[in-house]
Amino acid sequence: MTMRDIRNLILSAFAFGLLALLPLYVSGYILSIATTMAMFTVLATSWALFSGPTHYISLATAAFFGLGTFVTGLGFQTLPMWLLPIIAAGLGAVLAALVGLVTLRLSGVYFVIFTLGLAELVRQVVTWVQNRTGQRGMYVLTSITERDIYWQLLGMAALVFLVGWLIARSRLGFALRIIGNDETVAKHSGIDTAAAKILLFMVSGAAAAVVGAMMAPRYIYIEPSTAFASILSFQVVIMALLGGTGRLWGPLAGVVPFTLLWEFISRNAPNQTLLLLGIAFLLIVYVLPGGFVGLYDRLRHRYGQGGQ
Amino acid sequence: MFFILITGLLLGGTYALIAMGLNLQYGVARIMNLANGEMLVAGGFAAFWVYTAGQVSPIAALLVVAPVAFVVNWAIYRIMLRPLVKRAKSRGALEVDSILATFGLSFALVGIMTWFFGGGYFNYSYLTGRVDIFASSYAQNRVVAFTIASLLAAALWIWLSYTRAGLRMRAVAVSSDSARLVGIDVPAVSALAFGLGGAVTASGGALISMFFTLDASVGVLFTMKALIIVIMGGVGDIRGTIVAAMILGIAETFVARVIDPGLTLAAAYVLFLGVLLFRPQGLFGRTPT
Repeated sequence: MTMRDIRNLILSAFAFGLLALLPLYVSGYILSIATTMAMFTVLATSWALFSGPTHYISLATAAFFGLGTFVTGLGFQTLPMWLLPIIAAGLGAVLAALVGLVTLRLSGVYFVIFTLGLAELVRQVVTWVQNRTGQRGMYVLTSITERDIYWQLLGMAALVFLVGWLIARSRLGFALRIIGNDETVAKHSGIDTAAAKILLFMVSGAAAAVVGAMMAPRYIYIEPSTAFASILSFQVVIMALLGGTGRLWGPLAGVVPFTLLWEFISRNAPNQTLLLLGIAFLLIVYVLPGGFVGLYDRLRHRYGQGGQ
Repeated sequence: MFFILITGLLLGGTYALIAMGLNLQYGVARIMNLANGEMLVAGGFAAFWVYTAGQVSPIAALLVVAPVAFVVNWAIYRIMLRPLVKRAKSRGALEVDSILATFGLSFALVGIMTWFFGGGYFNYSYLTGRVDIFASSYAQNRVVAFTIASLLAAALWIWLSYTRAGLRMRAVAVSSDSARLVGIDVPAVSALAFGLGGAVTASGGALISMFFTLDASVGVLFTMKALIIVIMGGVGDIRGTIVAAMILGIAETFVARVIDPGLTLAAAYVLFLGVLLFRPQGLFGRTPT
């Protein structure tokens, strides 16, 4: 660990501490936006942990998230609250491992297509099981407030940042960067590419499931069509790419402006959110490849502070 | 059982046409077009519109839908996708870029269609009589849609197999670099294939709208099915596409009739899983050496 790392760690801890004080000063609408931002920060950052270095676009976030909400929905009356996110993490990792085993041995296109329909697939199966057992949606009535959810998500965000920071410094992170640059080279230098990809996808899937488990009390009523809404996957991809996946803080830079923009559009023109999503995708491809992080690096390079 | 088989085949015929459109775009132009389903819905909307507004039969509407879809898709390739092909350093980079760009296009199209037509479902009654085949009766519109889809697919197959333009297209599909060496204008052929693929898919949409209730956001489901068919049949393999489409049509009909109509995507996924695990190169594909 260099001085720079220690400084960054202390600064990050300080920032998290400040953010943790937020619910003491604000409430209502602002707190609810802050909670949404915290949720997308965890989702987008953990998405970028896997998809950033490997360039495999995962659209499965909604499937993991929905799985997590169902864990809470089914278990909150019988199991202790602290256990639910852990179970969700386990199930999320298992689902990710299964998807990874099937698709990550093959080229990236198969993975994108498989994850594209995964949330819808899980939704269909869950609805079917519910119909067979005569069950409809579930009420999640707990004493957990928006404030608690915010703190939980903030803690999760800190954990994801820490894990991301550790992975980037580990052999696994190094292996993934090589895979992202050239998979053939990675294979030939003796990296078990499939295992490395599956392992990281499991981390990312587990994190999304935990977020789902934490968010469930906020929705109060859970049914498959809202828990597995696939729009979530796309929002996460957009935010992460808009911010840029080249650095750990990149997705965060996308989450904040996009959440505000989304909030604004869905209040004033609720039918135009999809158009916004479409335009954002096109912008990323044509105007901002590399996202804000890429832009920042280019500007820094141009004005002479680069070159580290 | 026999009823399921025939109903499945009738459905599979239309799926085959749609998947052929996607296969042209992915196999020849090398663009994984995730806005394919929206082209289909747009074709369906057009057929719906001319039928309810002017009592024009959806079949006659094909004469307008196909050329318009061709021009639109050709322009999309030229304006939007060609720059991506040019800047891509590798096939993988192009894939990521084209997936993101066509996702953007797909959402933008859904947004625009919701804007114009609203978010509701739409369908119309056309040829609602019955046809008897082997002592069971089937909806007339399904049989007509299947017949036209088969005719279009056959025409496309003959064109690809026996004309010079078709040969050029197949050459680009096999290897765009070698095609360039023998004097084929690869960008022009790719744009042509992309436009043609879009026209074929939109025609499939017009046919499907005769018996299927569509809404502005249903496109992604068809994209998914077409993708599964293309992968199952093998990229660039017309025969494989047709067989895979029939298998999917039958599997879906079986699951919808016997288990639950809400599980059609699950049926498609089971097939997809089988292909990924056992034949990732497609039904008739050879293992790459």
